[in-house]
Amino acid sequence: MKRDRELLYDLLVVRSVEQEIARRYSEQQMRCPTHLCIGQEATAVGVCAALRPEDVVFSGHRSHGHYLAKGGDLTAMLAELYGRGSGCSAGKGGSMHLVDLSVGFLGAVPIVGSTIPMAVGAALGFLLQKLPRVSVVFFGDAAVEEGVTWESIDFALLERLPVVFVCENNLYSVQTPLSARQPAGRTIAQVAAGHGVETESVDGNDVFAVQRAARAAVDRARAGGGPTFLELATYRHLEHVGPNEDVSLGYRSAEEVEAWRARCPVEHATRVLLERGELDASELDELRRRILRDVRHALELARDAPEAQGSLLSDVFASTVSPIDGDQR
Amino acid sequence: MTRQLTYAAALREGLDLCLQHDSRVYVMGLGVPDAKGLFGSTLDLARVHGSTRVRDMPTAENAMTGVALGSALVGMRPVLTHQRVDFALLAVEQMVNQVAKWHYMFGGQQPVPLVIRMVIGRGWGQGPQHAQSLQAWFAHVPGLKVVMPATPYDAKGLLIASVEDDNPVISLEHRWLYGVSGPVPEGVYRTPIQQARIARSGNDVTVVATSYMVLEALRAADELALRGVSCEVIDLRTVAPLDEATLLESCRKTGRLVVADTGATSFGVGAEIVARSTERCFSDLRAAPARVGLPDCPAPSAPSLAAEYYPRSHAIVQACHRVLGLPAPAPEAASSHPLDVPDPDFTGPF
Ligand SMILES: Cc1ncc(C[n+]2csc(CCOP(=O)(O)OP(=O)(O)O)c2C)c(N)n1
Ligand SMILES: [Mg+2]
Repeated sequence: MKRDRELLYDLLVVRSVEQEIARRYSEQQMRCPTHLCIGQEATAVGVCAALRPEDVVFSGHRSHGHYLAKGGDLTAMLAELYGRGSGCSAGKGGSMHLVDLSVGFLGAVPIVGSTIPMAVGAALGFLLQKLPRVSVVFFGDAAVEEGVTWESIDFALLERLPVVFVCENNLYSVQTPLSARQPAGRTIAQVAAGHGVETESVDGNDVFAVQRAARAAVDRARAGGGPTFLELATYRHLEHVGPNEDVSLGYRSAEEVEAWRARCPVEHATRVLLERGELDASELDELRRRILRDVRHALELARDAPEAQGSLLSDVFASTVSPIDGDQR
Repeated sequence: MTRQLTYAAALREGLDLCLQHDSRVYVMGLGVPDAKGLFGSTLDLARVHGSTRVRDMPTAENAMTGVALGSALVGMRPVLTHQRVDFALLAVEQMVNQVAKWHYMFGGQQPVPLVIRMVIGRGWGQGPQHAQSLQAWFAHVPGLKVVMPATPYDAKGLLIASVEDDNPVISLEHRWLYGVSGPVPEGVYRTPIQQARIARSGNDVTVVATSYMVLEALRAADELALRGVSCEVIDLRTVAPLDEATLLESCRKTGRLVVADTGATSFGVGAEIVARSTERCFSDLRAAPARVGLPDCPAPSAPSLAAEYYPRSHAIVQACHRVLGLPAPAPEAASSHPLDVPDPDFTGPF
């Protein structure tokens, strides 16, 4: 568990990173599709705060927040966006393929729903090895339309696996609203509960509530109580992919965007801490300045690093074997 | 004489050894612990090693492939099985997008030691959706190794090599091979991946064959020998990555190439091998190569149609005649046994 001040710090970091990426994206030096999580930071920060370093996380296309909240290396992530050899995936993946094994961020891929069974598999691996670890997967509301999601949840239930399914419901799949994708009159949480998985719906923009719910789910998983499904209500401020606002596209109203901006997760946490007197305005300013300085420094390091080169054909295969009878070959 | 085992028993022994020696190995697939034990290849293993390590699974091929992958990422070495390759098509997303690319797309940090065994086959009216032979699909995807053992020896040797390999390996096993027997040493040994085998050496024509077609090619070679034609039969064993050296060496020696594959001729393994050899040793070839494989239609169910669909040794003999510039051979003699069940002459020992 993290203290409330640490949660705010993490929220400010993720927000600052995403804003700085947005600011630099139009320079066309980060040449890969980039899905920013501005407006959704509390799901990443709240859930990861409930994890131990040895617990593992998988994610999808909108993964910057999850990677950073799990402790992923900032410069390596930015270098990946810049296509550098020092990127977290050596320039092979881009924004949609982040990884940091050193902190248990096992991977993010942009095929909707695809990492859900992998998280279940990691949990199975923990069970088979009798390791008291928990596996978490983040996915969006579109992933609940994929068959693999329910195949995976069923198997996790069957084997009582230590896995937490975290659905970030931001109401849209690209520009398509939930109403065009899922039958009316039922919530995602109801569908999950109908499958028999322990389910909780939480305000995904309240980082404290998210951490509480995640903690309960993680504890349960670690204690052998099986999987939990968390539906976290949240909202993406910018366009689906890229650095811009998108009200002009017409798929959502200015009023809707404004209403959700008023429920900004970073402002919410800031307000709570200021009101409680755990932080004052000048401390907050100082915090923000320091974070911005660090983020800009990381951005410069990443941007100035050498391009990925000479590695096109490397790593298609691992060159190693693991002899079953232990002799070195 | 060396001990004789069937192909199925050899696979079973290979799995048993992997489970015995490496606690990270587990076997998972629909029906794996049942009384038929995946054509005999997993019989009794659950009793010996327990049902957590020799596991049944839900009929959810896509998710279970992701589950196997996820478990490999945290240190397990899964062997996933499918009773037909046709069923595994539901898992193409995981196999092609994820399993194949995981090592590359994250910069070589995470190996994926995963073996996926799938059954291919023919006969007894299996028809359009129970008998496909899709090795070319898998071989087309960088990051997957594709093996097709033809003998009991290699069934065990390639299985152990595949489990030990830190990469995903697709193993395609022909249903008609499970009952074939041949010499199989006891204990742990490996058949190297990406190493073809000269199943019979010869000088006049090279026949490269995959899986069950190796047996058909050997029969064709016997028949050709009666006419004074010396046929070199290469059992490809690994489709991808291709053992180019063995292939080219043989082509240079004989100057004539026929490829006999269990899959479709168009855009298939034969197409790749013919292209590779003409690109690399065109001037050594004395005739245009020929391909033997399936025609451009789905597999029919009726025995009479299937008899026409699946090429047998005679088709290989014909192709050899063509590349040797010999007159067409006499038509295939009527078979003394039905064509929709495994040929009893092919039960070994091989
Ligand atoms: C299997 C698959 N289908 C379609 C897409 C194209 N696609 C990329 S992101 C996306 C929307 C996903 O929406 P959601 O899961 O709710 O996540 P969000 O973008 O809202 O965070 C889609 C459909 C994809 N990447 N994968
Ligand atoms: Mg969404």
